[in-house]
Amino acid sequence: MSRSLERPALAFVALALAALALLAAPAAAQQKQGRKFPELGRAATAAEIKGWDIDVRGDDGKGLPKGKGSAKDGEELYAQHCAACHGVFGEGEGRWPEIIGGKGTLTSADPRKTVGSYWPYAPTLFDYVRRAMPFTMPNSLTADETYAIVAYVLSINDIVPDTAVLDETSLPKVRMPNRDGFLVGDPRPDVKAEPCMTKCRSEAPRVTSDLAQRLGVTPGRPSE
Amino acid sequence: MNEDRSEVARRVAAMERLRPSRRGFMKVAAAGGAVAAFGGPDIKRALAAGENLPPNVPEWMKTLGPGVTASPYGAPSKYEKEVVRRNVGWLTASEESSINFTPIHMLEGIITPSGLCFERHHGGVPEIDPAQHRLVIHGMVARPLIFTMDDIVRFPSVSRIMFLECPANGGMEWRGAQMAGCQFTHGMVHCCEWTGVKLSTLLAEAGVAKGAKWLLAEGADAAAMTRSIPLDKALDDVIVAYAQNGERIRPEQGYPLRLMVPGWEGNVNVKWVRRIKLGDKPWHHREETSKYTDLMPDGTARQFTFVQEANSVVTFPCPERPLDGKGTYEIRGIAWSGRGKIKRVDVSLDGGDNWRSAQLQEPVLSKALVRFRLPWKWEGGPALVQSRALDETGYVQPTIEQLRKVRGVNSIYHKNAIHTWRVNPNGKIDNVQIA
Ligand code: HEC
Repeated sequence: MSRSLERPALAFVALALAALALLAAPAAAQQKQGRKFPELGRAATAAEIKGWDIDVRGDDGKGLPKGKGSAKDGEELYAQHCAACHGVFGEGEGRWPEIIGGKGTLTSADPRKTVGSYWPYAPTLFDYVRRAMPFTMPNSLTADETYAIVAYVLSINDIVPDTAVLDETSLPKVRMPNRDGFLVGDPRPDVKAEPCMTKCRSEAPRVTSDLAQRLGVTPGRPSE
Repeated sequence: MNEDRSEVARRVAAMERLRPSRRGFMKVAAAGGAVAAFGGPDIKRALAAGENLPPNVPEWMKTLGPGVTASPYGAPSKYEKEVVRRNVGWLTASEESSINFTPIHMLEGIITPSGLCFERHHGGVPEIDPAQHRLVIHGMVARPLIFTMDDIVRFPSVSRIMFLECPANGGMEWRGAQMAGCQFTHGMVHCCEWTGVKLSTLLAEAGVAKGAKWLLAEGADAAAMTRSIPLDKALDDVIVAYAQNGERIRPEQGYPLRLMVPGWEGNVNVKWVRRIKLGDKPWHHREETSKYTDLMPDGTARQFTFVQEANSVVTFPCPERPLDGKGTYEIRGIAWSGRGKIKRVDVSLDGGDNWRSAQLQEPVLSKALVRFRLPWKWEGGPALVQSRALDETGYVQPTIEQLRKVRGVNSIYHKNAIHTWRVNPNGKIDNVQIA
C-alpha cells in the first residue's frame, strides 16, 4: 500500500470515529457533566428504575400503578392471603396485628391503633401491602389484587362501601377517619427539667411502681 | 400514680386477652432463660473448689492451648456465654418482625461489640450477596445513578463513632416499672464505629434537583423498609455505611449497606439500603404514620419526631448485677444525646434529693455513648440510684413524672426519663419508679 493511498483511508476512519463520538456525546456528556467521580457508578436505566420504583406517596397517591379492584373480589383474595394472620374480619388471629376497629380509643387508657382508627392516608395501605404483605410472601400480589384487597380492608373498616371499586384515581380520594390526627414536626424539647444539685426534693421519694419484680414478664426472671 | 400497679397489671391483662398464647410462651421463656440470664454461680463454684488457685498451679498452665488455626474468627471466652442479646417473646407475634436487646449491663466503655448490637427487623434478616447488591439514587435528581458495592467503597470514606437507639427503648415502662432487668429497660441502644461514604457525596454525583426537600430510603429486606428523611439532614451528616467496628457490617445490622443517621431514631437508619429517591414531600409510609409516631393524651399524634433526646442509665448496679456485700464499688453507666455532646452526668443515691457529678470518660463524642463513673462506698443501707444526663444544648434529662405530665402514657416512643434502681439491704436491685 502506498502512502498516498494510506492517508485518505486513515482520514476516513478518523472521520467515521469522530462522527460516532458526536452521536454518543450528548448522552455521555450529560451523564458525566457536573460529576466529581464520573467513573464510579453509572446512569440507572429507565427499566432498572421502573422495576424498583414501588413507592406510593401517602397524601396524594403519587406512584400508584394503573389498575383496579373491588372490595367484593378483595374479600376472596383477603381470605386466601391475609385472613390466617389478620382474621377474617381484620380482628387479628392470636397475637397477629388487628387491622380493624379501635375508633374512639385513641384517648383511652388502651388505645388501639389500626388502619381504621389511626392511619391518616389510604394510599399508604396500598404501598404497605404491596411492599410488605402477605408477611411471608411480600411483593407477590399484582396491582389489581392489591387494589381489591385494599378496598376490602377499607370496607371492613367502614371507610368505603362494600360495593367499592378502587383504582389509582379513586384511592387517593378516600378520606381516612384520622386524617387530621397528626401533628407534623417535632415540638421537642417539650419537657423542661432543672439541674438542681442539693436538697432538690420537697418530700421524701415515694415508690409508685415496683411491679417489675413480681410481674414475671422479664425473660430469665420468673415472678417471685 | 398510686394506682400504678393495677395500671400495669390491667395493661398486661389486656395484652393477655389479645394474645392468648402469651402465657405458654412466658413459661418456656422463664424456664429456658432463667439460668442463662443471671449467671455467676458457676464461676463462684469453680473458685470455691480451689484446684486452680494458689498455691496450686492452674490446669491451663500444664497443657498446651489451641493454636492459631483453631479459631480463624475469634469468639468470646466460653465463660462469657451469658453475655448475649435477649428478646422478650411476648412483645411481638413473630420473631421475624421483632426486637432483641443489647446486654448493656455486661459491657464496659462505649463501643458495642458488633455481635451484641440489638436487632430490630420487620421482615427478618436478608442474606444479601454484595456482588448482587445495588444502590439506586433517583427521583428529583439531575442524573439517576446506580452503584455497585465496589463503586461505593471507592468513594472518599469517613468513619464516625455514634450511638443508634430504637425510639421504643424504655417504651414498655411509660405506665410503670415492668421489666426486672437493665438489658430490657434500656438495651435497645448500641454504639459502634461506622465507615462509609457521606450521603452528601453520592447526592452531589446525582445532582439534587431544585425543589427537592425529602428523600425516601428503602431497604432490600422482606419488609422493603422505607422511611422519609429531610434532605437537610441527609446533606448534613448521614453516612451510607459499609463497615461497622472495622469489619463489614453484620448481616443483622444491614449488610452490605445501610444508612447511619447520627442521633436520630433507629428506624430511619435504613438497613440493607437499595434505593434513595428524592422528592418534594415526605411519603407518609406505614413506618412513619402507623408506627414511630407519638400518641399524645389528646388523641393526636406527633409525626417525624426524629431526634433521640438525652438519656442515661446506670448499668452497674442493676437488677442483673446485684451488690455482693458492703464496701467499695464504682457506679457505672452510659449516657447519650442525639443533639450532640453529653456535657454532664449527675448521679443520685437518694432518689433525686442530692446529686453528684460523675466522671466522664474521654473522649466525649457528639451523638455517641459516653461512659460515666462514680466511686461508691455502700454501707449496706437502702438507696435509690439514679443518673441524669445534660447535653451541650442545655437539655436536662427529665423525671418520668415530668415526661408523663406532657406526653401522657400512650406514646410508646421517646421515653428518656431518669431511671431508678432500688438498692435493697441484701444487695438485690429492683427496677422501680418514684414520685
Ligand atoms: C403470616 C402472617 C401474616 C399474613 C398472612 C399477613 N400479614 Fe399483615 N402483618 C403481619 C405482621 C407480623 C405485621 C406487622 C409487621 C411489622 O410490624 O413489622 C403485619 C402488618 C400488617 C398491616 C399493618 C398494621 C398496622 O396497623 O400497622 C397491614 C395493613 C397488613 N398487615 C395487611 C395485610 C394484608 C392485606 C395481608 C394479605 C395480603 C396480610 N397482611 C397478610 C402478619 C401477616
